Amino acid sequence: MGIVVFDGLAFGALLFLISVGLSVTMGLMNFVNLAHGAFAMAGGYAASVVMNAYGFGFPAALLAGFVAGAVSGAAVEVLFVRRLYRSHPLEQVLFTIGLVFASIATATYFFGPTMQPFSIPPYLEGNFAFLGAELSRYRLFLIVVGVIVVAALVLGLDRTRFGAMIRAAVDNQRVARGCGINVDRLFLATFTLGCGLAGFGGALSLGMLTLNPIFPLKYMVYFLMVVCVGGAGTITGPFLAALIVGIGDVAGKYYVPQTGGFLIYLLMLALLLARPNGLVVKKGAR
Amino acid sequence: MARLAATLLASALFIGQAAAAEPLKLGFVAPMSGAQAEYGLQMMNGMKTYMAQNGDSVAGREVEIIVKDSGGPNPDVAKRLTQELIVRDKVDFLVGYGFSPNAFAAAPLATDSETPLIIFNAATSSIPTKSPFIARVSMTLAQHAYGIAKWANGEDIKTVYTLYADYAPGRDANAQFTKIFTEGGGEIVGEIGVPLSSPDFGPYMQRIKDAKPDAIFMWFPSGELANTMLKAYRARGLDDDGIVALGTSDLVDDNSLDSMGEDAVGLITAAHYSAAHDSELNKAFVKAYDEVSGGSPRPNFMGVAAYDGLAAIYHVTEELGGDVSDGKKVMELLTGLTFESPRGPIEISAEDRDIVQNIYIRETKDTGEGLYNIEFETMPMVVDPGKD
Amino acid sequence: MPLTLPRRGLFALEILFWIALAASFFVFPDRLYLLTQILIAALFAVSLDIALGYAGILTLGHAVFFGMGAYAAGLLAKAGWAEPLTGLALAFVLCGLVAYALSVMIVRAGELTQLMVTIAVGAIVVEIANQATPITGGSDGLQGISMWPVLGAFDFDLWGKTAFVYTFVVVLALFIVVRRMLQSPYGLALKGIHGNRKRMYALGSPVEGRLRFAYAASAAIAGVAGALLAQTTEFVGLDTLSIDRSAAVLIILVLGGTGRLYGGIVGAIVYMVVHDFFADLSPEFWMFWLGLFLMAIVMIGSGGILGGLSRLVRSERS
Repeated sequence: MGIVVFDGLAFGALLFLISVGLSVTMGLMNFVNLAHGAFAMAGGYAASVVMNAYGFGFPAALLAGFVAGAVSGAAVEVLFVRRLYRSHPLEQVLFTIGLVFASIATATYFFGPTMQPFSIPPYLEGNFAFLGAELSRYRLFLIVVGVIVVAALVLGLDRTRFGAMIRAAVDNQRVARGCGINVDRLFLATFTLGCGLAGFGGALSLGMLTLNPIFPLKYMVYFLMVVCVGGAGTITGPFLAALIVGIGDVAGKYYVPQTGGFLIYLLMLALLLARPNGLVVKKGAR
Repeated sequence: MARLAATLLASALFIGQAAAAEPLKLGFVAPMSGAQAEYGLQMMNGMKTYMAQNGDSVAGREVEIIVKDSGGPNPDVAKRLTQELIVRDKVDFLVGYGFSPNAFAAAPLATDSETPLIIFNAATSSIPTKSPFIARVSMTLAQHAYGIAKWANGEDIKTVYTLYADYAPGRDANAQFTKIFTEGGGEIVGEIGVPLSSPDFGPYMQRIKDAKPDAIFMWFPSGELANTMLKAYRARGLDDDGIVALGTSDLVDDNSLDSMGEDAVGLITAAHYSAAHDSELNKAFVKAYDEVSGGSPRPNFMGVAAYDGLAAIYHVTEELGGDVSDGKKVMELLTGLTFESPRGPIEISAEDRDIVQNIYIRETKDTGEGLYNIEFETMPMVVDPGKD
Repeated sequence: MPLTLPRRGLFALEILFWIALAASFFVFPDRLYLLTQILIAALFAVSLDIALGYAGILTLGHAVFFGMGAYAAGLLAKAGWAEPLTGLALAFVLCGLVAYALSVMIVRAGELTQLMVTIAVGAIVVEIANQATPITGGSDGLQGISMWPVLGAFDFDLWGKTAFVYTFVVVLALFIVVRRMLQSPYGLALKGIHGNRKRMYALGSPVEGRLRFAYAASAAIAGVAGALLAQTTEFVGLDTLSIDRSAAVLIILVLGGTGRLYGGIVGAIVYMVVHDFFADLSPEFWMFWLGLFLMAIVMIGSGGILGGLSRLVRSERS
């Protein structure tokens, strides 16, 4: 029982970490960003290259993941996305799907179709005993990082000037401009942050998922699920959703493995029907 | 760009020397993009390797490979591409076919057009029965599952928990293993079909760990699922509990062994090919393949199947003096064909045009030059046990 | 200054468009399978347009009905009745009914919720089909379908002549029905709901009933498209139900232009031809070029290909 909850929390934390950036770009900024996984993949490959080719440690790899996500995100924002904020959501869908296709082919070109090698650093490897259960160190690490990221983002968005400016700019661009906020720069910064978080999540996922060029498509449903079930534009919502989905998925697999692929989707359907606007509703939204 | 130049050059040379003979056209349908692009790459390199060793023309006809990307299991796309290769490109052979549904969908076209179709991978047992123009040079899943179950019976393994990807190939492997292993006196203490979309395998491993079987039999398609599964197997410490890990070559595919790291060491698997197979022919093959592919990844069972496929095609074309227009004659020559492959002796069965070959039991070891599957037991010339 | 077309000119253009489509039979006799699959994708995209472009229902699970239609037609043929038209009718009715039942969950929800609900339903249906291997063949696919000749006279041939003509006629017939439906008062009401739902409530329009009907009609036609694929390829795989196919048809429709009747058809032609072109050019990296192409289309202008055209050419009445 204990180990099921623990594993579920860890899986949930991972889901949260690779999805939270999407809550920023899609939820806060209202940009339908199906290319979220492409930025996560950029982070994953950067982390992998830094470790395998240059021999740096895991912390440096995580940093590289964040930077790669952020830089690619900033570039895409400046070149394209800033012209699309006001486009119809379906246009944004078409654009970001195109971006996903291009990123998959690019990754295949540079890294080949085979998955990337990765080994967890020794200090995070293996298990430790806690109350009679054997818990994985890496999973504990994921939970801790998840909690830190939630806390940092919640504080950052609610308590800082930057956070207040973002909220103002998203709610009403014209008034925000009138107040002297440089909305373009602010949006660039926010989009960069969202993509950086994606890259960071991509780097962290190396220890549990596998990284190959199809990554952005394969996990797209998970990103969307966490953000939409949780409540787009919030931080705590996706966190809560990720934990529920994580624990539900792990418990289902452990106790009733026969339910196979159904369980996670039935859970999602139930949550969506019970709370159509998300577990945590964004302030000011309907 | 370089490839384009090479093609131009090659065709210029060709026009220069022998304008009379038509090129021998091979229509190659395989996953070249997307999640399983590595399948297509292995096959492509396998064919190129054969051509590098044996020349790119046979019986005076230059060999031309027309590449079509089927993506994943997309039977409608595979069927359309096959049809176009037949009616538009007028290919002499159809080759490739990574996925069973793609092969099934293409089978009637091979029959209608009397075009020989050589399967390089699709591993469902019944495929060659779907058209008299299909021959398989790769393997069947049942051969592997049979091999590992037989071996387990001979060891001190009484109880096995099975874990498999919950779709047709996984279920077939599981059924075949269960049948042979229980006939041999073993007991299956539990089985789990894992959905393909599942990203976290920890909970399944925990459940098996708690059940304490002597061994665990795993079947997952080669590549990332197998990799994720092994990560979970190690992370849960099933090996420390003495639970032996059994599987088929898909689990420790040569293509991805390098990226799996220590996780794979100690696995016992059954398969028809290992890049470490100890023969002169294989050493030459691996060396030539590495030159074609640039060294990494090394050849796996799909690379060798494509290599042998070309060997069969070259042989038949040679026999017929270059005239392969009669599909029936080609098939007559292919049926019952035996030759030495880098994997060992193989036969295209005279009964049903399916592959007959040695199945080896291997252990994955760190040789100092990377991880390799080291063969230690041979089951000679196994006929596919999976057809009803 | 946009070019102005008289209204009658627009209708003539439509006729010309269909004649050109029919003529492709003679122009590309060795690409009939591709043409057939383009027509099927076009019908599928038109069906999505009813739900998305006209009724405003955002769905990423429309392949559920496409696949259901395909399996219905395939299973009927395997069960011993391989007459093609019956298969289409069965797919139409079955998908319409199932969609009508499911629509309760969908018409009231917000856009993101619609998206996720349809994804979830799609994933569950794929898994059901995968588990029901004895019936569907699971991931190996439904084999052994052998259709009877169309109208008892035209056999499905290796060159795909019958398949093309059969598909063309069915697609044209259904398109005419859809066109009439969307230009009727019912179609106007749908547009009204899409434009301003609250006002339509205020006008006393039975909003939900209309949306549910639109969803059912859309699904029924998607089912026919799937049945056509099953009959012309004589094979059904799990991929007919997959989210990949749902996403592809969404891309096709948005590329062509939503809410414009012809958007799905133009999108299907452009997408599949471009895809085929790049895939032949570079079997390994075509996704890169296709991706760039999609991005470029969005950057050039909004409303897809037809949206762009409509800024260049205008009909008299609008």
